[in-house]
Amino acid sequence: MLPDSLRENTLAVSVADFDADAVAGGKLDRGELTLEIAPAKIVSICGFLKYDRKFVRLSTVTAVDRYPAEPRFEVVYHLHSVARNQRVRLKCRLRGADPAIESVTPVWRGADWYEREVFDLFGIRFLNHPDLRRIMMPDDWEGHPLRKDYPITGARI
Amino acid sequence: MSEAEAPGVTTEIESEEPVTGKRTLVLNMGPQHPSTHGVLRLLLELDGETILSCRPDIGYLHTGIEKEFEVKLYQQAVTLTDRVDYLAPLSNNLGWCLAVEKLLGLEIPPQAQWMRVMLTELTRLNSHLVWLGTHALDIGAMSVFLYCFREREDILRIFEAFSGQRMMTSYFRIGGLALEPPRGWHERVKKFIDVFPSRVDEYEDLLTNNQIWIGRTRGVGVMTLEDMLDLGVTGPMLRAGGLKIDARKDEPYSSYDQFDFEVPVHTESDVYARYQVRIEEMRQSARIVRQAMEGMPPGAWKADAPHVVLPDRDKMKTQMEALIYHFKIVTEGFRVPEGEVYQVIESPRGELGYYVVSDGTAKPWRVHMRTPSFGNLQATARMVEGTLIANVIAAIGSMDFVLGDTDR
Repeated sequence: MLPDSLRENTLAVSVADFDADAVAGGKLDRGELTLEIAPAKIVSICGFLKYDRKFVRLSTVTAVDRYPAEPRFEVVYHLHSVARNQRVRLKCRLRGADPAIESVTPVWRGADWYEREVFDLFGIRFLNHPDLRRIMMPDDWEGHPLRKDYPITGARI
Repeated sequence: MSEAEAPGVTTEIESEEPVTGKRTLVLNMGPQHPSTHGVLRLLLELDGETILSCRPDIGYLHTGIEKEFEVKLYQQAVTLTDRVDYLAPLSNNLGWCLAVEKLLGLEIPPQAQWMRVMLTELTRLNSHLVWLGTHALDIGAMSVFLYCFREREDILRIFEAFSGQRMMTSYFRIGGLALEPPRGWHERVKKFIDVFPSRVDEYEDLLTNNQIWIGRTRGVGVMTLEDMLDLGVTGPMLRAGGLKIDARKDEPYSSYDQFDFEVPVHTESDVYARYQVRIEEMRQSARIVRQAMEGMPPGAWKADAPHVVLPDRDKMKTQMEALIYHFKIVTEGFRVPEGEVYQVIESPRGELGYYVVSDGTAKPWRVHMRTPSFGNLQATARMVEGTLIANVIAAIGSMDFVLGDTDR
Protein backbone atom coordinates (compact mmCIF):
# COMPACT_ATOMS: atom_id res chain seq x y z
CA MET A 1 0.00 0.00 0.00
CA LEU A 2 1.30 3.39 -0.95
CA PRO A 3 1.12 5.74 2.07
CA ASP A 4 -1.02 8.85 1.66
CA SER A 5 2.01 11.11 2.02
CA LEU A 6 3.35 9.81 -1.32
CA ARG A 7 0.12 10.25 -3.34
CA GLU A 8 1.60 13.41 -4.89
CA ASN A 9 4.94 11.82 -5.76
CA THR A 10 4.87 10.89 -9.47
CA LEU A 11 7.59 8.25 -9.24
CA ALA A 12 6.02 6.49 -6.26
CA VAL A 13 2.61 6.62 -7.93
CA SER A 14 4.00 5.18 -11.19
CA VAL A 15 5.53 2.24 -9.30
CA ALA A 16 2.23 1.66 -7.49
CA ASP A 17 0.37 1.84 -10.81
CA PHE A 18 2.74 -0.73 -12.31
CA ASP A 19 2.20 -3.21 -9.48
CA ALA A 20 0.16 -2.09 -6.47
CA ASP A 21 0.88 -5.32 -4.55
CA ALA A 22 4.63 -4.76 -4.74
CA VAL A 23 4.68 -1.53 -2.74
CA ALA A 24 4.63 -2.30 0.97
CA GLY A 25 5.27 1.25 2.13
CA GLY A 26 7.49 4.25 1.68
CA LYS A 27 8.45 7.70 2.84
CA LEU A 28 9.88 10.96 1.65
CA ASP A 29 12.38 12.00 4.28
CA ARG A 30 14.97 14.81 4.01
CA GLY A 31 14.23 14.97 0.30
CA GLU A 32 15.04 11.30 -0.28
CA LEU A 33 12.42 8.89 -1.56
CA THR A 34 12.33 5.40 -0.04
CA LEU A 35 10.00 2.71 -1.36
CA GLU A 36 9.49 -0.48 0.51
CA ILE A 37 9.10 -3.38 -1.91
CA ALA A 38 7.80 -6.88 -1.28
CA PRO A 39 10.90 -9.13 -1.58
CA ALA A 40 9.25 -11.43 -4.12
CA LYS A 41 8.68 -8.50 -6.50
CA ILE A 42 12.12 -6.90 -6.42
CA VAL A 43 13.32 -8.03 -9.86
CA SER A 44 10.19 -6.96 -11.70
CA ILE A 45 10.15 -3.56 -9.96
CA CYS A 46 13.84 -3.02 -10.73
CA GLY A 47 13.22 -3.97 -14.36
CA PHE A 48 10.33 -1.49 -14.54
CA LEU A 49 12.42 1.28 -12.98
CA LYS A 50 15.39 0.63 -15.25
CA TYR A 51 13.65 0.24 -18.61
CA ASP A 52 10.56 2.40 -18.08
CA ARG A 53 11.70 5.07 -15.63
CA LYS A 54 15.32 5.31 -16.93
CA PHE A 55 17.09 4.37 -13.71
CA VAL A 56 20.05 3.09 -15.71
CA ARG A 57 22.48 3.08 -12.80
CA LEU A 58 22.46 0.90 -9.73
CA SER A 59 24.56 2.91 -7.28
CA THR A 60 24.85 0.31 -4.58
CA VAL A 61 23.24 -2.65 -2.85
CA THR A 62 23.70 -3.02 0.87
CA ALA A 63 21.90 -4.30 3.95
CA VAL A 64 20.98 -3.22 7.46
CA ASP A 65 20.70 -5.63 10.38
CA ARG A 66 17.87 -4.62 12.76
CA TYR A 67 18.67 -7.36 15.28
CA PRO A 68 16.88 -8.26 17.52
CA ALA A 69 13.81 -6.87 15.71
CA GLU A 70 11.89 -8.96 13.17
CA PRO A 71 11.94 -8.88 10.17
CA ARG A 72 15.60 -8.64 10.92
CA PHE A 73 17.27 -7.64 7.65
CA GLU A 74 16.72 -4.79 5.22
CA VAL A 75 18.27 -5.12 1.78
CA VAL A 76 18.72 -1.59 0.44
CA TYR A 77 19.12 -0.62 -3.22
CA HIS A 78 20.14 2.87 -4.34
CA LEU A 79 19.12 3.65 -7.90
CA HIS A 80 20.16 6.64 -9.98
CA SER A 81 18.59 8.02 -13.13
CA VAL A 82 21.15 10.06 -15.06
CA ALA A 83 18.64 11.43 -17.58
CA ARG A 84 16.22 12.64 -14.89
CA ASN A 85 18.90 13.44 -12.29
CA GLN A 86 16.91 11.55 -9.69
CA ARG A 87 17.64 8.97 -7.03
CA VAL A 88 15.42 6.46 -5.29
CA ARG A 89 16.01 3.97 -2.50
CA LEU A 90 14.32 0.57 -2.53
CA LYS A 91 14.09 -1.51 0.59
CA CYS A 92 13.13 -5.15 1.13
CA ARG A 93 12.61 -6.62 4.58
CA LEU A 94 13.71 -10.21 5.18
CA ARG A 95 13.21 -12.47 8.17
CA GLY A 96 16.22 -13.50 10.22
CA ALA A 97 16.01 -17.25 9.58
CA ASP A 98 17.83 -18.19 6.35
CA PRO A 99 17.40 -14.81 4.62
CA ALA A 100 17.30 -15.00 0.83
CA ILE A 101 16.15 -12.76 -1.99
CA GLU A 102 16.18 -12.89 -5.78
CA SER A 103 19.31 -11.39 -7.36
CA VAL A 104 18.98 -8.28 -9.52
CA THR A 105 22.01 -9.19 -11.67
CA PRO A 106 19.74 -9.88 -14.68
CA VAL A 107 18.75 -6.20 -14.56
CA TRP A 108 22.17 -4.66 -13.80
CA ARG A 109 25.32 -6.75 -14.18
CA GLY A 110 26.95 -4.34 -11.74
CA ALA A 111 24.89 -5.82 -8.89
CA ASP A 112 27.24 -8.81 -8.95
CA TRP A 113 29.92 -7.62 -6.52
CA TYR A 114 27.51 -5.67 -4.31
CA GLU A 115 25.39 -8.75 -3.73
CA ARG A 116 28.48 -10.83 -3.09
CA GLU A 117 29.51 -8.30 -0.46
CA VAL A 118 26.11 -8.47 1.25
CA PHE A 119 26.24 -12.27 1.12
CA ASP A 120 29.73 -12.24 2.61
CA LEU A 121 29.16 -9.73 5.41
CA PHE A 122 25.47 -10.36 6.26
CA GLY A 123 24.86 -13.93 5.14
CA ILE A 124 21.90 -13.03 2.92
CA ARG A 125 21.69 -15.39 -0.05
CA PHE A 126 20.89 -14.05 -3.51
CA LEU A 127 19.02 -16.58 -5.60
CA ASN A 128 20.09 -17.04 -9.24
CA HIS A 129 23.26 -15.04 -8.66
CA PRO A 130 25.91 -16.12 -11.22
CA ASP A 131 28.85 -16.37 -8.82
CA LEU A 132 27.84 -16.16 -5.15
CA ARG A 133 31.14 -16.43 -3.25
CA ARG A 134 32.70 -14.45 -0.42
CA ILE A 135 34.42 -11.31 -1.68
CA MET A 136 35.99 -9.52 1.30
CA MET A 137 36.60 -12.27 3.85
CA PRO A 138 38.67 -15.41 3.15
CA ASP A 139 36.71 -18.24 1.49
CA ASP A 140 36.85 -20.44 4.62
CA TRP A 141 35.72 -17.75 7.05
CA GLU A 142 32.91 -18.61 9.44
CA GLY A 143 30.23 -16.10 10.32
CA HIS A 144 29.16 -12.80 8.81
CA PRO A 145 30.97 -9.81 10.35
CA LEU A 146 28.42 -7.05 9.78
CA ARG A 147 25.66 -8.87 11.64
CA LYS A 148 24.89 -7.22 14.94
CA ASP A 149 25.42 -10.44 16.91
CA TYR A 150 28.95 -10.76 15.53
CA PRO A 151 31.44 -9.33 18.07
CA ILE A 152 33.46 -6.24 17.23
CA THR A 153 36.56 -7.76 18.88
CA GLY A 154 37.56 -11.18 20.11
CA ALA A 155 36.77 -13.07 16.92
CA ARG A 156 38.82 -16.14 16.08
CA ILE A 157 42.09 -15.52 14.23
CA MET B 1 52.48 -24.94 1.37
CA SER B 2 51.93 -24.30 -2.30
CA GLU B 3 49.41 -21.69 -3.29
CA ALA B 4 46.97 -24.24 -4.65
CA GLU B 5 46.76 -25.99 -1.27
CA ALA B 6 46.45 -22.88 0.83
CA PRO B 7 42.98 -22.47 2.27
CA GLY B 8 40.90 -19.66 1.00
CA VAL B 9 42.66 -19.35 -2.36
CA THR B 10 40.40 -19.40 -5.36
CA THR B 11 41.70 -21.91 -7.85
CA GLU B 12 38.56 -22.97 -9.73
CA ILE B 13 39.59 -20.98 -12.77
CA GLU B 14 42.42 -23.45 -13.44
CA SER B 15 40.11 -26.40 -13.64
CA GLU B 16 37.81 -24.78 -16.16
CA GLU B 17 37.80 -26.11 -19.71
CA PRO B 18 39.84 -23.89 -22.02
CA VAL B 19 37.51 -21.77 -24.14
CA THR B 20 39.34 -22.33 -27.41
CA GLY B 21 40.17 -25.99 -26.92
CA LYS B 22 43.87 -25.13 -26.97
CA ARG B 23 46.15 -25.27 -23.96
CA THR B 24 45.85 -22.14 -21.92
CA LEU B 25 48.00 -20.66 -19.20
CA VAL B 26 46.67 -19.23 -15.98
CA LEU B 27 48.78 -16.31 -14.85
CA ASN B 28 48.52 -14.99 -11.34
CA MET B 29 49.11 -11.24 -11.34
CA GLY B 30 49.43 -9.70 -7.91
CA PRO B 31 48.65 -9.19 -5.09
CA GLN B 32 52.21 -7.90 -4.86
CA HIS B 33 52.65 -6.77 -8.46
CA PRO B 34 53.90 -3.15 -8.42
CA SER B 35 51.49 -1.96 -11.09
CA THR B 36 48.42 -3.23 -9.26
CA HIS B 37 48.79 -0.23 -6.91
CA GLY B 38 48.20 -2.02 -3.68
CA VAL B 39 46.96 -5.51 -3.23
CA LEU B 40 44.81 -6.39 -6.22
CA ARG B 41 45.10 -9.91 -7.55
CA LEU B 42 44.11 -10.75 -11.10
CA LEU B 43 43.78 -14.31 -12.36
CA LEU B 44 44.37 -14.14 -16.08
CA GLU B 45 43.72 -17.07 -18.39
CA LEU B 46 45.94 -16.65 -21.42
CA ASP B 47 46.06 -18.07 -24.89
CA GLY B 48 49.48 -16.92 -26.01
CA GLU B 49 49.38 -13.23 -25.21
CA THR B 50 45.62 -12.89 -25.52
CA ILE B 51 43.53 -12.75 -22.37
CA LEU B 52 40.64 -15.20 -22.49
CA SER B 53 39.26 -14.48 -19.06
CA CYS B 54 40.13 -12.24 -16.16
CA ARG B 55 39.04 -12.73 -12.60
CA PRO B 56 39.84 -10.00 -10.09
CA ASP B 57 40.31 -11.12 -6.49
CA ILE B 58 39.94 -8.37 -3.90
CA GLY B 59 39.61 -8.21 -0.13
CA TYR B 60 43.29 -8.28 0.85
CA LEU B 61 42.92 -4.85 2.44
CA HIS B 62 39.55 -5.43 4.08
CA THR B 63 39.72 -3.86 7.53
CA GLY B 64 36.08 -3.89 8.58
CA ILE B 65 35.76 -0.11 8.65
CA GLU B 66 31.97 -0.26 8.23
CA LYS B 67 31.77 -2.40 11.38
CA GLU B 68 34.09 0.00 13.19
CA PHE B 69 31.75 2.92 12.46
CA GLU B 70 29.06 1.26 14.56
CA VAL B 71 31.09 1.55 17.79
CA LYS B 72 32.40 5.07 17.23
CA LEU B 73 30.74 8.35 18.14
CA TYR B 74 29.76 10.40 15.11
CA GLN B 75 32.61 12.87 15.53
CA GLN B 76 35.16 10.13 16.22
CA ALA B 77 34.32 8.41 12.95
CA VAL B 78 35.81 11.28 10.91
CA THR B 79 39.23 9.74 11.40
CA LEU B 80 38.02 6.44 9.94
CA THR B 81 36.98 8.10 6.70
CA ASP B 82 40.53 9.34 6.03
CA ARG B 83 41.76 5.81 5.94
CA VAL B 84 39.31 4.56 3.34
CA ASP B 85 40.67 6.39 0.34
CA TYR B 86 44.08 7.50 1.52
CA LEU B 87 44.77 9.51 -1.64
CA ALA B 88 41.67 11.65 -1.16
CA PRO B 89 41.19 11.90 2.62
CA LEU B 90 39.39 15.24 2.53
CA SER B 91 36.84 14.06 -0.02
CA ASN B 92 35.91 11.26 2.36
CA ASN B 93 35.81 13.64 5.33
CA LEU B 94 33.44 15.81 3.33
CA GLY B 95 31.11 12.97 2.34
CA TRP B 96 30.79 11.79 5.92
CA CYS B 97 30.32 15.26 7.40
CA LEU B 98 27.69 16.21 4.81
CA ALA B 99 25.75 13.00 5.47
CA VAL B 100 25.67 13.52 9.23
CA GLU B 101 24.89 17.22 8.83
CA LYS B 102 21.97 16.27 6.61
CA LEU B 103 20.67 13.97 9.36
CA LEU B 104 21.13 16.71 11.93
CA GLY B 105 19.66 19.41 9.67
CA LEU B 106 22.70 21.56 10.38
CA GLU B 107 23.42 24.77 8.48
CA ILE B 108 27.12 25.34 7.69
CA PRO B 109 28.43 28.94 7.48
CA PRO B 110 29.62 30.10 4.03
CA GLN B 111 33.28 30.43 4.93
CA ALA B 112 33.45 26.83 6.11
CA GLN B 113 31.69 25.68 2.94
CA TRP B 114 34.06 27.55 0.66
CA MET B 115 37.07 26.41 2.62
CA ARG B 116 35.81 22.85 2.22
CA VAL B 117 35.46 23.35 -1.53
CA MET B 118 38.96 24.77 -1.83
CA LEU B 119 40.59 21.97 0.14
CA THR B 120 38.55 19.25 -1.57
CA GLU B 121 39.69 20.53 -4.95
CA LEU B 122 43.30 20.57 -3.75
CA THR B 123 42.68 16.95 -2.74
CA ARG B 124 41.49 16.21 -6.26
CA LEU B 125 44.71 17.71 -7.62
CA ASN B 126 46.71 15.67 -5.14
CA SER B 127 44.94 12.47 -6.14
CA HIS B 128 45.17 13.11 -9.88
CA LEU B 129 48.89 13.91 -9.54
CA VAL B 130 49.58 10.58 -7.85
CA TRP B 131 47.50 8.88 -10.52
CA LEU B 132 49.30 10.59 -13.40
CA GLY B 133 52.74 9.94 -11.96
CA THR B 134 52.21 6.26 -11.23
CA HIS B 135 50.19 5.60 -14.38
CA ALA B 136 52.95 7.09 -16.54
CA LEU B 137 55.53 5.13 -14.55
CA ASP B 138 53.64 1.89 -15.23
CA ILE B 139 53.68 2.55 -18.96
CA GLY B 140 57.34 3.51 -18.93
CA ALA B 141 57.50 7.30 -18.66
CA MET B 142 59.73 7.63 -15.64
CA SER B 143 60.27 11.36 -15.38
CA VAL B 144 56.59 12.38 -15.20
CA PHE B 145 56.46 10.75 -11.79
CA LEU B 146 59.14 13.11 -10.46
CA TYR B 147 57.37 16.20 -11.79
CA CYS B 148 54.00 15.14 -10.34
CA PHE B 149 55.38 14.42 -6.90
CA ARG B 150 57.06 17.83 -6.84
CA GLU B 151 53.64 19.52 -7.00
CA ARG B 152 52.07 16.96 -4.70
CA GLU B 153 54.61 17.90 -2.06
CA ASP B 154 53.42 21.52 -2.24
CA ILE B 155 49.82 20.41 -1.73
CA LEU B 156 50.72 18.19 1.21
CA ARG B 157 52.54 21.15 2.80
CA ILE B 158 49.36 23.20 2.46
CA PHE B 159 47.40 20.40 4.15
CA GLU B 160 50.00 20.30 6.90
CA ALA B 161 49.64 24.02 7.48
CA PHE B 162 45.87 23.65 7.80
CA SER B 163 45.55 20.49 9.83
CA GLY B 164 48.99 19.53 11.11
CA GLN B 165 48.82 16.35 9.02
CA ARG B 166 50.03 15.60 5.52
CA MET B 167 47.79 12.65 4.66
CA MET B 168 45.33 11.71 7.42
CA THR B 169 44.07 15.24 7.74
CA SER B 170 40.63 14.77 9.40
CA TYR B 171 40.25 18.51 8.87
CA PHE B 172 36.52 18.61 8.22
CA ARG B 173 34.38 18.04 11.28
CA ILE B 174 30.67 17.75 11.71
CA GLY B 175 29.55 21.38 11.79
CA GLY B 176 32.54 22.94 10.05
CA LEU B 177 36.32 22.68 10.25
CA ALA B 178 38.56 21.21 12.93
CA LEU B 179 40.73 24.28 13.42
CA GLU B 180 40.75 27.91 12.43
CA PRO B 181 42.47 28.30 9.04
CA PRO B 182 46.15 29.12 9.70
CA ARG B 183 47.51 32.63 9.38
CA GLY B 184 48.94 33.17 5.91
CA TRP B 185 46.99 30.36 4.21
CA HIS B 186 46.01 32.82 1.49
CA GLU B 187 49.62 33.45 0.42
CA ARG B 188 50.49 29.76 0.55
CA VAL B 189 47.61 28.72 -1.67
CA LYS B 190 48.17 31.68 -4.00
CA LYS B 191 51.84 30.80 -4.44
CA PHE B 192 50.88 27.29 -5.42
CA ILE B 193 47.94 28.08 -7.66
CA ASP B 194 49.84 30.80 -9.55
CA VAL B 195 52.37 28.30 -10.87
CA PHE B 196 50.23 25.19 -11.07
CA PRO B 197 48.68 25.72 -14.55
CA SER B 198 52.16 26.06 -16.05
CA ARG B 199 53.10 22.80 -14.33
CA VAL B 200 50.18 21.06 -16.02
CA ASP B 201 51.58 22.39 -19.31
CA GLU B 202 54.85 20.67 -18.42
CA TYR B 203 53.12 17.31 -17.94
CA GLU B 204 51.34 17.79 -21.22
CA ASP B 205 54.63 18.61 -22.97
CA LEU B 206 55.95 15.28 -21.76
CA LEU B 207 52.93 13.16 -22.68
CA THR B 208 50.14 14.61 -24.80
CA ASN B 209 51.94 14.47 -28.18
CA ASN B 210 54.42 11.80 -27.15
CA GLN B 211 54.21 9.05 -29.79
CA ILE B 212 55.09 6.27 -27.35
CA TRP B 213 52.45 7.48 -24.90
CA ILE B 214 49.83 7.67 -27.65
CA GLY B 215 50.86 4.25 -28.94
CA ARG B 216 50.42 2.70 -25.51
CA THR B 217 47.12 4.39 -24.67
CA ARG B 218 45.08 5.12 -27.85
CA GLY B 219 42.42 2.48 -28.45
CA VAL B 220 43.41 0.56 -25.29
CA GLY B 221 40.94 -0.43 -22.59
CA VAL B 222 37.91 0.68 -24.60
CA MET B 223 34.47 0.17 -23.07
CA THR B 224 31.08 1.24 -24.33
CA LEU B 225 29.00 3.66 -22.33
CA GLU B 226 26.22 1.07 -21.93
CA ASP B 227 28.65 -1.43 -20.40
CA MET B 228 30.05 1.14 -18.03
CA LEU B 229 26.63 2.28 -16.80
CA ASP B 230 25.52 -1.32 -16.40
CA LEU B 231 28.63 -2.29 -14.43
CA GLY B 232 28.51 0.69 -12.06
CA VAL B 233 31.47 2.65 -13.40
CA THR B 234 31.52 6.34 -12.40
CA GLY B 235 33.67 9.44 -12.47
CA PRO B 236 36.34 10.34 -15.04
CA MET B 237 35.89 6.98 -16.77
CA LEU B 238 32.26 7.77 -17.59
CA ARG B 239 33.16 11.28 -18.66
CA ALA B 240 35.84 9.85 -20.98
CA GLY B 241 33.06 7.74 -22.48
CA GLY B 242 30.97 10.74 -23.48
CA LEU B 243 28.57 11.13 -20.56
CA LYS B 244 28.51 14.52 -18.86
CA ILE B 245 27.93 13.44 -15.29
CA ASP B 246 29.37 15.14 -12.25
CA ALA B 247 27.75 15.33 -8.82
CA ARG B 248 29.26 18.77 -8.31
CA LYS B 249 27.04 20.05 -11.13
CA ASP B 250 24.08 17.65 -11.00
CA GLU B 251 23.53 17.49 -7.23
CA PRO B 252 25.51 20.46 -5.91
CA TYR B 253 26.67 20.25 -2.32
CA SER B 254 28.75 22.54 -0.11
CA SER B 255 27.98 25.58 -2.36
CA TYR B 256 29.59 24.15 -5.53
CA ASP B 257 26.75 25.82 -7.44
CA GLN B 258 28.39 29.19 -6.76
CA PHE B 259 31.55 28.26 -8.65
CA ASP B 260 32.22 28.63 -12.34
CA PHE B 261 33.84 25.53 -13.88
CA GLU B 262 33.46 23.14 -16.81
CA VAL B 263 33.00 19.38 -16.79
CA PRO B 264 35.44 17.98 -19.37
CA VAL B 265 34.02 15.23 -21.60
CA HIS B 266 35.64 13.03 -24.22
CA THR B 267 34.04 10.33 -26.30
CA GLU B 268 36.77 7.83 -27.25
CA SER B 269 36.46 5.91 -23.97
CA ASP B 270 40.05 4.66 -24.12
CA VAL B 271 43.03 5.11 -21.81
CA TYR B 272 44.12 8.25 -23.66
CA ALA B 273 40.68 9.87 -23.31
CA ARG B 274 40.74 9.17 -19.56
CA TYR B 275 44.15 10.82 -19.41
CA GLN B 276 42.78 13.87 -21.25
CA VAL B 277 39.75 14.11 -18.97
CA ARG B 278 41.86 14.04 -15.82
CA ILE B 279 44.36 16.58 -17.17
CA GLU B 280 41.50 18.95 -17.97
CA GLU B 281 39.96 18.27 -14.57
CA MET B 282 43.20 19.42 -12.98
CA ARG B 283 42.93 22.72 -14.83
CA GLN B 284 39.30 23.11 -13.77
CA SER B 285 40.10 22.26 -10.14
CA ALA B 286 42.82 24.89 -10.19
CA ARG B 287 40.17 27.37 -11.41
CA ILE B 288 37.88 26.46 -8.51
CA VAL B 289 40.70 26.77 -5.98
CA ARG B 290 41.52 30.24 -7.30
CA GLN B 291 37.87 31.35 -7.15
CA ALA B 292 37.51 30.03 -3.61
CA MET B 293 40.73 31.68 -2.50
CA GLU B 294 39.90 35.07 -4.02
CA GLY B 295 36.22 35.17 -3.08
CA MET B 296 36.40 33.56 0.35
CA PRO B 297 33.43 34.97 2.30
CA PRO B 298 34.15 36.28 5.78
CA GLY B 299 32.50 34.80 8.82
CA ALA B 300 32.65 31.75 11.02
CA TRP B 301 34.51 28.56 10.16
CA LYS B 302 32.16 26.40 12.23
CA ALA B 303 28.43 26.30 12.76
CA ASP B 304 26.68 27.90 15.70
CA ALA B 305 25.46 24.65 17.20
CA PRO B 306 26.89 24.27 20.71
CA HIS B 307 25.47 20.76 21.22
CA VAL B 308 27.42 19.46 18.17
CA VAL B 309 30.46 21.67 17.62
CA LEU B 310 33.23 21.87 20.21
CA PRO B 311 33.53 25.35 21.80
CA ASP B 312 36.59 27.60 21.43
CA ARG B 313 39.33 26.94 23.96
CA ASP B 314 39.27 30.44 25.41
CA LYS B 315 35.50 30.29 25.93
CA MET B 316 35.95 27.08 27.87
CA LYS B 317 38.17 28.93 30.32
CA THR B 318 35.67 31.72 30.94
CA GLN B 319 32.19 30.27 30.36
CA MET B 320 30.59 27.48 32.37
CA GLU B 321 28.20 26.61 29.53
CA ALA B 322 31.05 26.08 27.06
CA LEU B 323 32.85 23.81 29.51
CA ILE B 324 29.73 21.70 30.03
CA TYR B 325 29.10 21.34 26.30
CA HIS B 326 32.72 20.37 25.74
CA PHE B 327 32.50 17.71 28.43
CA LYS B 328 29.21 16.34 27.08
CA ILE B 329 30.36 16.16 23.46
CA VAL B 330 33.69 14.52 24.29
CA THR B 331 32.35 11.97 26.74
CA GLU B 332 28.99 10.95 25.31
CA GLY B 333 28.80 12.60 21.91
CA PHE B 334 25.67 14.12 20.46
CA ARG B 335 22.43 12.44 19.52
CA VAL B 336 21.50 12.34 15.86
CA PRO B 337 17.79 12.17 14.97
CA GLU B 338 16.49 8.87 13.68
CA GLY B 339 16.52 8.45 9.92
CA GLU B 340 18.63 7.52 6.94
CA VAL B 341 20.41 9.51 4.25
CA TYR B 342 22.45 8.75 1.17
CA GLN B 343 24.86 11.62 0.51
CA VAL B 344 26.70 11.64 -2.80
CA ILE B 345 29.81 13.64 -3.58
CA GLU B 346 32.15 13.61 -6.58
CA SER B 347 35.41 12.16 -5.33
CA PRO B 348 38.46 12.21 -7.65
CA ARG B 349 37.54 8.66 -8.64
CA GLY B 350 33.79 9.03 -9.12
CA GLU B 351 30.61 8.71 -7.12
CA LEU B 352 31.31 8.48 -3.41
CA GLY B 353 28.14 7.82 -1.43
CA TYR B 354 27.69 7.67 2.31
CA TYR B 355 24.60 5.75 3.42
CA VAL B 356 24.11 6.49 7.11
CA VAL B 357 21.35 4.97 9.24
CA SER B 358 20.75 6.57 12.61
CA ASP B 359 18.69 5.06 15.45
CA GLY B 360 18.64 8.27 17.46
CA THR B 361 21.72 7.57 19.60
CA ALA B 362 25.23 9.04 19.55
CA LYS B 363 26.63 6.22 17.41
CA PRO B 364 25.52 5.32 13.87
CA TRP B 365 23.47 2.13 13.56
CA ARG B 366 24.88 1.38 10.14
CA VAL B 367 27.22 3.11 7.70
CA HIS B 368 27.75 1.94 4.16
CA MET B 369 30.26 3.57 1.87
CA ARG B 370 29.53 3.37 -1.82
CA THR B 371 33.12 3.76 -2.93
CA PRO B 372 33.99 4.58 -6.54
CA SER B 373 36.96 2.20 -6.71
CA PHE B 374 34.77 -0.81 -5.91
CA GLY B 375 32.30 0.01 -8.67
CA ASN B 376 34.99 0.82 -11.22
CA LEU B 377 37.09 -2.24 -10.50
CA GLN B 378 34.15 -4.48 -11.23
CA ALA B 379 34.53 -3.55 -14.90
CA THR B 380 38.13 -4.84 -15.12
CA ALA B 381 37.19 -8.16 -16.66
CA ARG B 382 34.98 -6.52 -19.28
CA MET B 383 37.76 -4.10 -20.16
CA VAL B 384 40.69 -6.49 -20.62
CA GLU B 385 39.14 -9.73 -21.88
CA GLY B 386 40.09 -10.32 -25.51
CA THR B 387 42.97 -7.85 -25.44
CA LEU B 388 46.72 -8.41 -25.12
CA ILE B 389 48.36 -8.89 -21.76
CA ALA B 390 50.66 -5.89 -22.26
CA ASN B 391 47.57 -3.66 -22.28
CA VAL B 392 46.35 -4.83 -18.87
CA ILE B 393 48.77 -2.52 -17.08
CA ALA B 394 47.65 0.51 -19.06
CA ALA B 395 43.97 -0.42 -18.75
CA ILE B 396 43.85 -0.96 -14.99
CA GLY B 397 46.08 2.07 -14.46
CA SER B 398 43.52 4.23 -16.26
CA MET B 399 40.85 3.23 -13.72
CA ASP B 400 42.67 5.02 -10.92
CA PHE B 401 41.49 2.75 -8.12
CA VAL B 402 42.71 2.73 -4.55
CA LEU B 403 42.53 -0.66 -2.89
CA GLY B 404 41.78 0.82 0.52
CA ASP B 405 38.75 2.39 -1.11
CA THR B 406 37.75 -0.90 -2.72
CA ASP B 407 38.11 -3.22 0.24
CA ARG B 408 37.25 -0.87 3.11
